[in-house]
Amino acid sequence: MTTTLPFTDWLVLAIFALAVGLTLAGALIAVLTTRIIRGVAGLMICCIGLAGLYYFLNSPFLALMEILIYVGAVCVTIVFAVMMAEPDESPSTQPVRSGHWWGAVAILIALLIGGGLARLALAGPWPDAPIERVNDGSVAALGASLLTTYSLAFEAISLVLLVAILGALVIARGGPPPHPGPP
Amino acid sequence: MKLLQIHQQPAIYLVLAALLLAIGIYGLLRRRTLIGMLIAGEIIFAAASLNLMAANRFFAPDPAAGQIFVLFIMGIAAAEVAVALSIIIAVYRNYRSITPAELNELKG
Repeated sequence: MTTTLPFTDWLVLAIFALAVGLTLAGALIAVLTTRIIRGVAGLMICCIGLAGLYYFLNSPFLALMEILIYVGAVCVTIVFAVMMAEPDESPSTQPVRSGHWWGAVAILIALLIGGGLARLALAGPWPDAPIERVNDGSVAALGASLLTTYSLAFEAISLVLLVAILGALVIARGGPPPHPGPP
Repeated sequence: MKLLQIHQQPAIYLVLAALLLAIGIYGLLRRRTLIGMLIAGEIIFAAASLNLMAANRFFAPDPAAGQIFVLFIMGIAAAEVAVALSIIIAVYRNYRSITPAELNELKG
């Protein structure tokens, strides 16, 4: 990297720390809040931070797609569902002690899996960086790969999206009319 | 200086992906509504995508393969969210609740 200013590296580091912090904070907000709409906002923050990380990983196209698909489509769809159903967690009916016990078990399982994977990732014998890459990973290279090597997967995912849209329409439209169910 | 090059090392991305996976699993176990579990699942997808992108950036000889894989993950996740949300709305219409503890008619 050509350094023009003495503190350019620190600026890059600060932006990187911002992206990492946004990702972690957003994920924690998405999981820990009680009101579900704040969880959706946390997911949005997490995806914005993740887009920054993708930019640092030499993939501005995926950063754009992350913003467009997750923040723009997935989160907005979840917001619509939140408005149509009332998903706020009711006060737990199970006894408090059982809830605490289950929370401790959940934290333990998550820490075991996450910690184990982090240790493996840090300790594992990773291969050296490849000496020569077959393309530069730009948008042009992505398009060429999509239309040659991965054309079958490309067509298949378009079919999957079509079926998913039709299936979502059918499921959401069908069923008996609204009736007051059991409280 | 090592700290200044930290964004060009794979370690922090891989550890961050493991942390995201842990957070997602915790949310999946702890949430008591279907939409909350869906959000936690999205965070697990994000962890997998970040891991793939880190491996793609630092270890893969073909930089396009990982990006295309992550693009497909995003597409599948969008389709999954659409279907899951329509199922959630249908369940809410029938039961007036989307708490998994109350949806126990299929219990054997």
